[in-house]
Amino acid sequence: MKILVCMKQVPQKDAPLKLNEAGTWIREDVSYEVNEPDAFALEEALRQREKHNGEVVVITAGPARSQQVLREALAKGADRAIHLEDNAFVGLDASNTARAFAAAIKDEKFELIFTGLQSDDYGYAQTGVVLAELLGWPHATIIMQIEKADGGIRVKRELEAGYFQFVDMPLPAVLTIQSGINKLRYATLIGIKQAKNKPLRKVPLAEVQSAISGNMQKIERLYIPQKTKNTEFLEGPPAEVAKKLIEKLRNEVRVL
Amino acid sequence: MPETIIVIVEQREGKLNRVSWETLTAGQALATETGWTLEAAVAGTGIAELANEVAGKKLAKVYAIESPKLDPYTPDAYAAGLKQFIASKQPRLVLMPHTYQVRDFVPKLATAMERTAISDCIGYKKEGDKLLFTRQMFQGKLAADVTFTCDAPWFVTFQNGAFRGDKVESAPAAAQVETVKIEIADDVIRNKPQEVFKEAKQAVDLTQAEIIVSVGRGIKEQKNIELAKQLAEALGGEIAASRPICDSGWLPMDRQIGSSGQTVAPKLYFALGISGAIQHIVGMKGARTIIAVNKDSEAPIFEIADYAVVGNLFDVIPPLIEELKKAKAAT
Repeated sequence: MKILVCMKQVPQKDAPLKLNEAGTWIREDVSYEVNEPDAFALEEALRQREKHNGEVVVITAGPARSQQVLREALAKGADRAIHLEDNAFVGLDASNTARAFAAAIKDEKFELIFTGLQSDDYGYAQTGVVLAELLGWPHATIIMQIEKADGGIRVKRELEAGYFQFVDMPLPAVLTIQSGINKLRYATLIGIKQAKNKPLRKVPLAEVQSAISGNMQKIERLYIPQKTKNTEFLEGPPAEVAKKLIEKLRNEVRVL
Repeated sequence: MPETIIVIVEQREGKLNRVSWETLTAGQALATETGWTLEAAVAGTGIAELANEVAGKKLAKVYAIESPKLDPYTPDAYAAGLKQFIASKQPRLVLMPHTYQVRDFVPKLATAMERTAISDCIGYKKEGDKLLFTRQMFQGKLAADVTFTCDAPWFVTFQNGAFRGDKVESAPAAAQVETVKIEIADDVIRNKPQEVFKEAKQAVDLTQAEIIVSVGRGIKEQKNIELAKQLAEALGGEIAASRPICDSGWLPMDRQIGSSGQTVAPKLYFALGISGAIQHIVGMKGARTIIAVNKDSEAPIFEIADYAVVGNLFDVIPPLIEELKKAKAAT
């Protein structure tokens, strides 16, 4: 199977974020990592290739720093990478990101496209589904299992509150992958070495510019959310904090 | 023609998903503030009764969008059916709850109509003529006010719990219900969904627990779960976890709290090393008291905690367990 995995670089989970001067985005000086659900999507693609042969291609859109995500994916076993490289890609909405991806892969013939189920930064949970619609392909979201079946695939969708559902669908298709679908592998030393010689195609903004247009939604302002609760911070050395907690548990929460 | 807001309520197997009432509450508030007309729609087969139930609320009209192709749910049929319906009604705003089902078809529907969706919103603001929709970003660390820069219809989905479903206003007289027949061609639906099922019988019903000690990534290693278990035991509570912990197999899946796990409202929720991603918060924000221990002072869990300890849980918890044992021995 020839599989494309859409990946994204996002700020590290516990990285402190600072707002830019305009208050519309965060400052760039922060540590980044791969969007976690995308790591599971990559792992699933690698496993599918191990079962059914084929090729795993990874794609991302972002400035030079985001190449790191592709390098890591190549080191883990992806065959080649596509980098839509420009600062401008950071500010694209889900619709435009999907349009840029669709334009960048127009000469390829993938059977499956995986994305993580959502990103840890915007959290739209839309890019994969939009991409499917642009390509005219069927899709399924929040996937926990993928098996080859007659004339296509059978996937296991996660529904809410512990429910699941199998769905049979034809190929090509887009799937958004849920975290925890598999166990992630680490890159090996050999893998890291080999990654240096794997093909990485750079796509400048100009190449996909005609496919994208102005965003249809705009972040007017970004800010630290106002607290709705009156949180009491308990401070001091651990032994003292423990005593304060006991006092709260006894007199306020009344569970002791 | 006045502008309209259409709330698309969600039904599964003939039952209304209760989160739909929250979206209707949002729709009523928006209608009051904008002066736009509020309508609702329900899609599926054999939904007349549901449409009547919705028509008892304060709104101008309810559309029952009927087609045998809408059952069982597929994103292809929903996107095709709702596109027809929305194109014929030309509403300004289309509101939906941010459920797994809506997430599955709304980006497709909006794209098919050359529009966009502002998804997973927690509120709205009206500033002059401008409507801004508030959504959480960066896992809840920041919030953003977002506007549409395209023509109507504007698609908005609201997060579970963003509005109070029990605050939805009823009307003295039922609103008119109009049945809308839509045509969905045979070759539109490509997915074949099977029956919905539950993986295994849930061994633990955390919804009944009065006290829950819940662990997140901050627990670092599987062997450290023991420390949380000791705390749970000392408090006489149940142990639970955020998704990554169950994904790693450190605790069984039926201990998971959050959108894909159980939703709980205990007397005490003790969050250990849980950052407070949105997907977790929706499962526990109904707790009467929340105590959170986390080393990151900016962790979103502190936004909803009653008592907060910024620090290393491995320093804080052992003396607390000791104190709890002492307190117990004294009684």
